[in-house]
Amino acid sequence: MHKYLPQTESDIQNMLKSIGVKDIKALFKDVPESIYLTKEIKIGKPLSEDELFKHFEVLANKNKTNICLLGGGVYDHYVPSVIPALVARQEFLTSYTPYQPEISQGTLQYIFEYQSFISELTGLEVSNASLYDGATATAEAMLLACGATRKDKIAISSALNPRLIDVIKTYASKRNIKVIEIELIKGRTSLKAFNKINDGSLAGVIIQTPNYFGLLEDATPFSAAIKENKGLSIVAVNPLSLGLFKSPLEMGIDVAVGDGQSLGIPMGFGGPYIGFMATNKTYMRKLPGRIVGSSLDSEGKRAFVLTLQAREQHIRREKATSNICSNESLMALWVTIYLACLGNKGLVDIGNLNLENAHYAYKKIISLPHFKKVYDADFFNEFVVETDLSLKTIDRVLLKNGYTSGIHVGPHQIMFAITERRSQAEIDHLVELLGGIKHV
Amino acid sequence: MYNKLIFDYNTPNRVGYDLPTHFAKFDNSKLLAKYGRKQTMILPSASELEVVRHYTNLSLKNFGVETGLYPLGSCTMKYNPKVDEAIASLKGFTNLHPLVSVNECQGSLEVLYELSQKLEKITGMSGFTFEPCAGAHGELTGLMIIKQYHLARKDKKRTKIIIPDSAHGTNPASSNVCGFEVISIASNPDGRINLSSLKSVLNDEVAGIMLTNPNTLGMFEKDILKITKLVHEAGGLCYYDGANLNALLGRVKPTAMGFDVLHLNLHKTFGTPHGGGGPGSGPVGCIAKLVKYLPNPVIIQKGDHYEFSNSKTSIGHVSGYYGNFLVCVKALAFIDSLGETNIAKVSDNAVLNANYIKEALKQDYKLAINEPCKHEVVFGGVINENGVTTLDVAKRLLDYGYHAPTIYFPLIVNEAMMIEPTESESKETLDEFIAVLKLIAKEARENPDLVKGAPHTTIVKRIDEVRAARIPLLTYRELINYHE
Amino acid sequence: MKIIEGLKYTKTHEWIKVNGNEAEVGLTDYAQQHLGAIVFVDLPPVGDSFKKGEEFSAVESTKAASDVYLPVSGEIIAVNEALEDEPGLINSDCYANYIAKIKINNPKELDDLLDAKQYALIANK
Repeated sequence: MHKYLPQTESDIQNMLKSIGVKDIKALFKDVPESIYLTKEIKIGKPLSEDELFKHFEVLANKNKTNICLLGGGVYDHYVPSVIPALVARQEFLTSYTPYQPEISQGTLQYIFEYQSFISELTGLEVSNASLYDGATATAEAMLLACGATRKDKIAISSALNPRLIDVIKTYASKRNIKVIEIELIKGRTSLKAFNKINDGSLAGVIIQTPNYFGLLEDATPFSAAIKENKGLSIVAVNPLSLGLFKSPLEMGIDVAVGDGQSLGIPMGFGGPYIGFMATNKTYMRKLPGRIVGSSLDSEGKRAFVLTLQAREQHIRREKATSNICSNESLMALWVTIYLACLGNKGLVDIGNLNLENAHYAYKKIISLPHFKKVYDADFFNEFVVETDLSLKTIDRVLLKNGYTSGIHVGPHQIMFAITERRSQAEIDHLVELLGGIKHV
Repeated sequence: MYNKLIFDYNTPNRVGYDLPTHFAKFDNSKLLAKYGRKQTMILPSASELEVVRHYTNLSLKNFGVETGLYPLGSCTMKYNPKVDEAIASLKGFTNLHPLVSVNECQGSLEVLYELSQKLEKITGMSGFTFEPCAGAHGELTGLMIIKQYHLARKDKKRTKIIIPDSAHGTNPASSNVCGFEVISIASNPDGRINLSSLKSVLNDEVAGIMLTNPNTLGMFEKDILKITKLVHEAGGLCYYDGANLNALLGRVKPTAMGFDVLHLNLHKTFGTPHGGGGPGSGPVGCIAKLVKYLPNPVIIQKGDHYEFSNSKTSIGHVSGYYGNFLVCVKALAFIDSLGETNIAKVSDNAVLNANYIKEALKQDYKLAINEPCKHEVVFGGVINENGVTTLDVAKRLLDYGYHAPTIYFPLIVNEAMMIEPTESESKETLDEFIAVLKLIAKEARENPDLVKGAPHTTIVKRIDEVRAARIPLLTYRELINYHE
Repeated sequence: MKIIEGLKYTKTHEWIKVNGNEAEVGLTDYAQQHLGAIVFVDLPPVGDSFKKGEEFSAVESTKAASDVYLPVSGEIIAVNEALEDEPGLINSDCYANYIAKIKINNPKELDDLLDAKQYALIANK
């Protein structure tokens, strides 16, 4: 007996009788006897709900959740309570890809709304229904560029998040796509270095803003330069920054990608997050993944439905533009509700709060005796500082005082992310702690 | 009926958020002069209650597993336990940055390690990665491992992957994304591999074969041991698409069938919710000699401490961090709740349920294969169809409060209708479902127009897909700017 | 199933109407019926050259996608732009709505194609 298994012994006997076999094993008669297991696989005794919950509470408590100064693509943002409450509704949570649109208008409509939000944020005309995460979305954008241009070389900024670079290289190596990293000048992608390699052989160029070091980059000259050679411009953006900063459209970008984590998704030790991808109509049919469109039903009512499916794996099989079968639907709902709550005003407001808090911390930290700036101050909510103190000591002191330290981006460089969640008291205390560290 | 879009809520200055008071002064004018956005956005302005009500109303237009039977073949729409959701919502799991130090994430590492251990026991594999975020992503990862294996042996000729024509569309698509050439082989009428067509394509250019077992017709590959042996003898590797593992869980280990690499769909076999299409999780496991190619890092245990271990020969990362971690938490909770005494009953009862439906409906629907099926059964439309198609039957089921089965897949059965009841459903639920399908078959004989016009009771009727594709309206902006 | 005398056909269900060293290429009635309502035609760039049997275009319905192969080697000299806005024209009259006009590279390749009678045997099978 188990609460997830409703069949009683008498049900089983009755059902076997109707089927006309004597036991369940008879239904496995086509399985070679030598590989059919009759013994239990030792994975532990069943746990009752109370035991199960307690066990996992112990595990959860073994994690140390501190005041988080880590960023590098994942940020500690506030999660409005309405989101987990709504997303947990079984109609959203337990359904599947909306293959039967008549009873899936809820999912289809929120995906349509999600696509609209992503299109508004990026300024680009169309968005797909979402991809796994920012890193895979960027790799998919590379594949899109190579497919659309029939070229097999891509230029990427060295200031892309190293996780993005890793995934891009993994995908590229299996397809014999050549990845060329563009040098940096003062933490930003060098246009001069790019111009040297932009010789017509490139399928595209990938720039990130804010880049890995937190610095804002204007991709406009890159998109203009690659356009002349018929390559595609791709930008990886932090969507939360788009209330304040130039949209991909304003930078002349062909494909915008990124991770939606910063739009109210919990850090969750790496996932689930959501990758987004938007482009203009020219490349609409090259988009990977699901797309929802608005249509009419047989009575002329507005209704939403999966569309442009002929691009996809279940029809094209080995000729599909991508192997993506599904999307990260529930996380699309998550992001959609977040943006619905924020609206225009909220997006600008939270952008400014990140900007103010980060710059407040930055100014205080670089005026400490053992710290100095590395790059200019054109950053959003994350910045690199240099120190002659031991990074290990910094990490240890911070951890002891309830902070998770920043990312080490060099032997003497550390990067802090300061979001809207960091209070004045938390930042002041951080500065005090950093100021109190001495050489060993 | 509720018919608003979120963008219809646009009262200026109405807000649905709040933030801490701004405390730091920062003049952003110089920054914005250089990088500032000028392009305006159409975003809603709604109160919190308006947002909550809107999405609650949208949810009411959806059908979930808790609404009723969801017999979508190949998708394994089983019950998603509530306690698993509660566990995955614990702050210790949700509020953790993926780049924290090893000492700060011991609980999460223990979850991944434990899950890996249990999946290894269940599948027979020697190592797992949790980076792949979905089944198709797992396929791609597994294929990359196969490619890496051959390249590491300097066996550069192996550029082809064999896939039966009955396979899921993701198999050939993943092979293509991985840079392989696909050799499609025709299946026997029962979807099983034709041994002589397999033999005819095996040579030293074959990197491997991708198979799901039971196959997409719900039939077990009787010759599986011969098939994997033949491929191995030709120097190839065997990839197991775990999409249909719910038929064999606890009863047959994929390694015992001769498979070298596999992915599992935690959202199918291990009861994590499908979320309207994701987040799923597609962990990849492999045999000992391939473990060194798994994405970095894998988690190892040292005493009661957990650490990361990196391999120099790894294929590299396939996603940003450790995959969909919170989904992994739910899957482990699912396994631990069932435990060793119940895990095999999952597949036993799933197979029992499918065969019960098969026997009950074979007088009314064209049974594709008259043999015991595994976890799902495929029919080829109504007997004496009277002009009624599988699509019509599927739509009529919606009127009776059921989700439709998977239709028109597998491609090798005409008018295919693929029913997967899962182990979660009771005999009474199945009896009611069977009665409704029999009734629909009777309607098809006596009043076909009733079935052909279905659905009649849903909030929208059949949708014009041709219009949707010919006039793509994919955003709110396009919708309001479009005029007939 | 409409098959027009005087045109040449391929086994992959394209027709070709030869006019000197130029020709129009389109999809046959058999092809359009099997695809169903066509929702998109991917037109090749004018000026591109393709070999005999190479895919030069693709058509999509809501349930299927199909590549279109060039019956003989040639250069694209014009495409039927009307299909961009109205892909359904192929459904309404597939022989009046060519996909592309080509300049034929090697007229000898025409000899390998099927005539209406030969094609009818395939299409009516």
